Amino acid sequence: MIGEIIDWFTNSANWQGEDGVPTRVLQHLGYVLLSLVIATVIAVPIGLYVGHTGRGGVLLVGSGNVIRALPTLGLVTFLFLLFTDSDIAAIIGLVVLAIPPILAGTYAGLQAVDRSVVDAAEGMGMRGGQRLWQIEVPIALPIVLGGVRNAVLQLVATAAVAAYVGLGGLGRYLLDGLAILDYGEVAAGAILTALLAIVLDLVLATVQRALVPRGVRLAEAGAKKEVSA
Amino acid sequence: MGIEFRGITKKYPDGTVAVDDLNLTIEDGTITVLVGPSGCGKTTSLRMINRMVEPTSGSILLEGEDIRDSDAALLRRGIGYVIQHAGLFPHRTVLSNIATVPLLSGWDKNKAKKRAAELLEVVGLPAEVGKRYPAQLSGGQQQRVGVARALAADSPVLLMDEPFSAVDPVVREGLQDELLRLQSQLGKTIVFVTHDIDEAVRLGDRVAVLRVGGKLAQYGTPAEVLRQPVDDFVAGFVGKDRGYRGLSFLAADDVLVEDVPTVRVGSKPEGSDGWRLAVNDAGEPRGWLAPGSVVDGELVEGELLAGGSLYQQGTPIRGALDAALSSPASLGVVVDADGKAIGVVTARQVLDVIENHPEGVAR
Repeated sequence: MIGEIIDWFTNSANWQGEDGVPTRVLQHLGYVLLSLVIATVIAVPIGLYVGHTGRGGVLLVGSGNVIRALPTLGLVTFLFLLFTDSDIAAIIGLVVLAIPPILAGTYAGLQAVDRSVVDAAEGMGMRGGQRLWQIEVPIALPIVLGGVRNAVLQLVATAAVAAYVGLGGLGRYLLDGLAILDYGEVAAGAILTALLAIVLDLVLATVQRALVPRGVRLAEAGAKKEVSA
Repeated sequence: MGIEFRGITKKYPDGTVAVDDLNLTIEDGTITVLVGPSGCGKTTSLRMINRMVEPTSGSILLEGEDIRDSDAALLRRGIGYVIQHAGLFPHRTVLSNIATVPLLSGWDKNKAKKRAAELLEVVGLPAEVGKRYPAQLSGGQQQRVGVARALAADSPVLLMDEPFSAVDPVVREGLQDELLRLQSQLGKTIVFVTHDIDEAVRLGDRVAVLRVGGKLAQYGTPAEVLRQPVDDFVAGFVGKDRGYRGLSFLAADDVLVEDVPTVRVGSKPEGSDGWRLAVNDAGEPRGWLAPGSVVDGELVEGELLAGGSLYQQGTPIRGALDAALSSPASLGVVVDADGKAIGVVTARQVLDVIENHPEGVAR
């Protein structure tokens, strides 16, 4: 088995052309990023609204759970039958998958902001928008970005379904390999997917480090110290 | 003109009455303390002044104007607000925390930072604290920053909602002293909420005692509330020690200060009759030498009995009684403003003064 995997990776034919690793990785990345952007544009504003006003929290958590329960493969198949368009079906399916973690992270991030901080901001005379953007969002950022990272991991793992409706991406290796019982190819597809997930998560961790304000990181470190003490 | 509550009632949709027909006039330039058990509506009443809570009926006048006539956010920028856990913004440095309201009001950034640095000094924090983040400060320091942030708007009114209740007792006492010192310089109209009657009588020029259900039970000076509680609720709330605590408001000018034999630490004491007060070269009391004790050679501090509390002349009579009661010699040591011993008082003498006092404690 390991020999087959090594053979697959060392075969130069697998690194070139339309079915080569670079092409498939870029396709996979393309599905992930496109659905991530769409899901973020939908989920973050809703999460901010609900988290800021506190209105609709129960509805949000409930519908998030319902969406989570949808099997992505089934959804994509259904959408494909509906639209007879692979791209639309795959992207919608992935967007639906990515919305709950981003929504939950944004909402939970705002909810986790210390009530006394929000109270002080309001009492100082900040208007709603000022409070949201100057206070709540910067403080909530670690949890919001945590939700985004969650979504990215799920997207990378699930974007393989695109291949199921005839598209490219790393899912091709899984399906095509299974079709001809080439387990080396199947394993290679799985390894590449996992590597992509790890690399993307590292990139996002770096972004998070750069974006989260220093004072918030200090407060988090302090809270951890108190818990362990 | 200060702040005026006119028939203020706050009723929640579930029928709970937080504040019930509150009428109260808070005078300019004073500290008014709202005090009472939990559920008495003191915080709700405070938060109605800056419209964090809107009353169900009645009106609040600030400097003679109904607060509902002004925009809520603008009104709040003109009122200092300090809360229990300080509520500092964790992602901003101490200086930008303090500069919050000036920046909201559109001040130039440099001017706001300069003002913030000044205020840091006003609340007794070193300049280097300004660059730190709230997570790097102690609870007491955070609370000082909270006060500085509330002062930044330079508003005449300051609302303080249990600002010191989350810090330990020693730090709390320091913060209370600091507030009184600041107030003597600034003369703000301060509305202060606490559940601690000791804090209330210590800080307040006037104390409003509220009972559960949001009714005003009594409103008066701390001395009035302690000496003449209007009913059992107030009497129970101000506590068993209220007679003793009332002594904090009685001057002790009439207490006779008697001479006492002294011995100097480092010298050779002569004779052995009666209690002798040991003083150092600066005249400050160091302890007592018991009757009959004989000292070989020079007197060292280790041979002395520890003294009791010291009573500084001119302060309320409570300190004089405590000095007498806590002294091993039953003689309370009286010191002047420089800490130099000037004589002693006995508990008997102090009690005589209290009993003959025209404003007698329990009357």
